Amino acid sequence: MASSSNSYNSPCAACKFLRRKCMPGCIFAPYFPPEEPHKFANVHKIFGASNVTKLLNELLPHQREDAVNSLAYEAEARVRDPVYGCVGAISYLQRQVHRLQKELDAANADLAHYGLSTSAAGTPGNVVDLVFQPQPLPPQQPPPLNPVYRLSGANPVMNQMPRGTGGSYGTFLPWNNGHDQ
Amino acid sequence: MRGHEPRSSSSCAACKLLKRRCTPTCIFAPYFRSSDLITFAKVHKVFGASNVSKLLGEVPEEQRQETVKSLAYEAEVRLKDPVYGCIGAIASLQKKMLELQHDLAVARTRLLAHSGVTNQVSPLDDSPELAAFLDLVPYSDLMLLDGSTSLDAYLYDLGQPPFV
Repeated sequence: MASSSNSYNSPCAACKFLRRKCMPGCIFAPYFPPEEPHKFANVHKIFGASNVTKLLNELLPHQREDAVNSLAYEAEARVRDPVYGCVGAISYLQRQVHRLQKELDAANADLAHYGLSTSAAGTPGNVVDLVFQPQPLPPQQPPPLNPVYRLSGANPVMNQMPRGTGGSYGTFLPWNNGHDQ
Repeated sequence: MRGHEPRSSSSCAACKLLKRRCTPTCIFAPYFRSSDLITFAKVHKVFGASNVSKLLGEVPEEQRQETVKSLAYEAEVRLKDPVYGCIGAIASLQKKMLELQHDLAVARTRLLAHSGVTNQVSPLDDSPELAAFLDLVPYSDLMLLDGSTSLDAYLYDLGQPPFV
């Protein structure tokens, strides 16, 4: 649940960071509680407070919590991996989906060969329209840290993030603990 | 000779958009050609030119092209999906991956069951009833036909990264 720290006369993390008075109705206050200073610090470093304000103002109120959570995740991923951020995870997953689809197509071809009904083939191609193709780095550079490993929710700050509505992604969102099996 | 600094034939996309003079040391120029105006506009809208400049300054020069590519990608996705951005894309891909893993496990279990059965019984074309039966039996029940079959062997270990 989003907090409303200004109701306790305590400035939100954003206003503390920006060293300004946290007014009633502060757009950041519900989503950046003072107990989580790193959350705003990361978001401000990567996106900037001004850009976040504009983005939140363009959204409906019930969408803002999820928007802030996703920005916070992206920001943290970018801080940890300045080159790829969370895009490294997308690239990895796209490769996995492509590989699995090929394997499924091969298995279905075998099933068809034996006259057995095939499994659901799914939709070939990328779920995400844009495909990210990273270039290999020069050999002397260490490979970028895969931010996917960082998005598992092991970060105690992220574990405390409020649950948003989740939209159509539901339990697959990191802050909804969608990975528990 | 007055200021013999080479003048770029055109400003980079960043300096064009920001309406400033593009200097030879402009950090954006190698990565945002004048034809990349829309790309830079998107990156600027999401991250801000100042933040991008700092980010580029923090990575080695040989990694800056990749950094710009990933920032451009992230900006594009965020503008398409202002609520979830790349996290939505990750969630979609993860869901798709789980669906494919499941379907692949089902297909391989059916193939294994078929292979096991054909080793012990007459080929399927001699047993149309068995073929029909295998088609109808849920995969979980197929395991009963061959006690050594384990569906888990075909499932990718979801306990490992990327998503625990």
